[in-house]
Amino acid sequence: MLSRTADHLFWMSRYTERAENTARMLDVNYQTSLLPQSEAVAQVGWQGLLSISELTSAFTERYGAVAPRDVMDFMVKDESNPSSIVSCLSAARENARAVRGALTTEVWETQNQTWLEVKRRIKSGEFEADPSQFFEWVKFRSHLSRGVTVGTMLMDEALYFMRMGTFLERADNTARLVDVKFHAVQSDFYGAASERDQEYDFYHWSAILRSVSGFEVYRKVYRDVIRPERVAELLILRPDMPRSLHASLNEVVNNLAMVASDPHSETQRRAGKLRAELNYGRIDEILATGLHAYLTQFLDRVNDLGAHISREFLVSSS
Amino acid sequence: MQKFDEMYTRLPYEFFTGGEQVREHYRLYDAWLARQPGDMMAKRREEAEMIFRRVGITFAVYGDKDEDGAGTERLIPFDLIPRIIPAAEWASMERGLVQRVTALNRFIHDIYHDQEILKAGIVPREQIENNAQFRPEMIGVDVPHGIYSQISGIDIVRAPDAAGKGEYYVLEDNLRVPSGVSYMLEDRKMMMRLFPDLFSAHRVAPIAHYPDLLLETLRASSPASTDEPTVVVLTPGMYNSAYFEHAFLAQQMGVELVEGQDLFVRDNFVYMRTTRGPRRVDVIYRRVDDDFLDPTVFRPSSTLGCAGLIGAYRAGNVTICNAVGTGIADDKSIYPYVPKMIEFYLGEKPILNNVPTYMCRNKDDLAYTLANLKDLVVKEVHGAGGYGMLVGPASTKAEIEDFRKALLANPEGYIAQPTLSLSSCPTFVESGIAPRHIDLRPYVLSGKTVQMVAGGLTRVALKDGSLVVNSSQGGGTKDTWILEN
Repeated sequence: MLSRTADHLFWMSRYTERAENTARMLDVNYQTSLLPQSEAVAQVGWQGLLSISELTSAFTERYGAVAPRDVMDFMVKDESNPSSIVSCLSAARENARAVRGALTTEVWETQNQTWLEVKRRIKSGEFEADPSQFFEWVKFRSHLSRGVTVGTMLMDEALYFMRMGTFLERADNTARLVDVKFHAVQSDFYGAASERDQEYDFYHWSAILRSVSGFEVYRKVYRDVIRPERVAELLILRPDMPRSLHASLNEVVNNLAMVASDPHSETQRRAGKLRAELNYGRIDEILATGLHAYLTQFLDRVNDLGAHISREFLVSSS
Repeated sequence: MQKFDEMYTRLPYEFFTGGEQVREHYRLYDAWLARQPGDMMAKRREEAEMIFRRVGITFAVYGDKDEDGAGTERLIPFDLIPRIIPAAEWASMERGLVQRVTALNRFIHDIYHDQEILKAGIVPREQIENNAQFRPEMIGVDVPHGIYSQISGIDIVRAPDAAGKGEYYVLEDNLRVPSGVSYMLEDRKMMMRLFPDLFSAHRVAPIAHYPDLLLETLRASSPASTDEPTVVVLTPGMYNSAYFEHAFLAQQMGVELVEGQDLFVRDNFVYMRTTRGPRRVDVIYRRVDDDFLDPTVFRPSSTLGCAGLIGAYRAGNVTICNAVGTGIADDKSIYPYVPKMIEFYLGEKPILNNVPTYMCRNKDDLAYTLANLKDLVVKEVHGAGGYGMLVGPASTKAEIEDFRKALLANPEGYIAQPTLSLSSCPTFVESGIAPRHIDLRPYVLSGKTVQMVAGGLTRVALKDGSLVVNSSQGGGTKDTWILEN
């Protein structure tokens, strides 16, 4: 297929996935902010959210001090923020429109309808009236988009590039979501000393689990109370947890293999190596390194993988 | 009762007390419409708009902003009332179209080869050689089967002849990149979805196989060097007003939709850049104007085409559809000669009428035009899209005087035609059902044979009394039914 087409498909999926994960992160923070807690703690949550999305300075420039309402507006409907939900959904739709001929009618209409509807929902004030419901809607549009893709697209390169985009973005976003803990308590992993903090920690970690639809999964897998190291293990290393780093990398590697013409390409080697480390890694080793340090280098390597995919397949070459 | 001359025929008063009756082919529809509850059409229109928006059948309007200052996409206005043409009228029109397009292709071949028609003195030589649409680059270039215009859009109107009987006239030939066929197909799909009962009551000739015929035509135009030609559609990109159509046709034919940046030329062959390396391209259905095709030959600043494309084309390694230089045959200054072309190349009498045309380059014609501006339609020879024209009866004195100046400054640039009393068709507008003027654009495909689907795109001037049907100027579209016997 055309390199440009593959590029649009790849980014269409990335933007859809990013919109979903942004909605998930915002929803966690919004829900957490409804708990009885000090304003300072809530503030840390919103700051952490901006910081993990690398948007602190862009936000401050535009709004000044961090206020929950402003952060939500900035992350949901601010078109000057390329990572806002509106921007992501509109970029996904623009990419889809550029290659609508390569999509099934249903995939295209799903993207187009999402875009029409998000504009309507924001204009009508539905988002402000009930943020959680809006986030839920964004999540379900993303579910629909993935489902209609898998359910209707011919299983060829077009589908593989779309899937690759979805899971590369998910690996990135989940890593950021886990990293939020580091920012939230501003100490590393075993930092919560007082009982009060531990209680707060429970809500914090369970909120993170809920944000990746992992709360029930956690109970089912571990049959245990919420322990931070197990939350980290679930979201980083478990191959059966669909939003974990390991599961995401598995999908990236598999889809990459389907489109690669050279089995020894550097892109495949790097993807395979990163996956192998997740496959054979142990959570105690990761925590010994420091969670934040581990996630930071993971994000760098995901970014590097994206660049390699782009160079090998997506950027026009003659 | 308002008069829709497409639907009603006026008969001598003494025979029918009403003075007029519904034309045979509209009877079923007329009776059906009379049975519908009052708000049905409004509901259906709402439904249609919702679906069009969801499906994204839109065209971009240059320099336009919506109320939020964003998106510039508009829906094409679609009218719910079909335009119906009886089988016999269509059969004769179809024969006329085959004849006309065949002659036009022969003419273009002749102009770029032996120029017999100029030697015979039928078309004045300076009309060709001084014409901006004449492409000297094409002289002596052989194209597969001698076909230059694979896709021709012929604009036809119905108007009363001298005896007051409805007749079809060709208003204009479009041999460069005629657009609108996707609306023809989508309008039909929408009508079948909204009014399935009408289709079970009428025998409407199907049109959905158009993309198949188009692909067949494009494959037949492939250079001789390959049996399994790779066909692509070349688009200027997603911000082009007809982008929907480009994407639609590529998808319907199952071929790649490429932009200039996706193509490159090596050793006089054209390739596209794919995820698995370069792949050769044999046939390009281009939706980009000549001027933008190749920056090394035409407009150097163009980024919409591909450097070296014309070289590969002249070497016979790729087919460009439509060919470069077809504008020489659809130019308004050449239009008046088409009936003579048909006689010259085919030895036949033209089946379709031309509209009588005054060429302002001729002294007598100019004098007549200047004396009758208020009754004539005057068109710029190179104008398109309904711009650069004067509709005398619909213009103010000041507009006419302004136009007079432009005309005097450059008489060669204009032609004039009598204002035809274009036929009108019932149309569902804000105020209800009212008559609006229409035209018809059939899409004629020339490959191994000349073929077309029955009918074409009916365009309708939605403004009361307006004669301009172009979508860029408030025109709409209608589904066109050719009734089978």
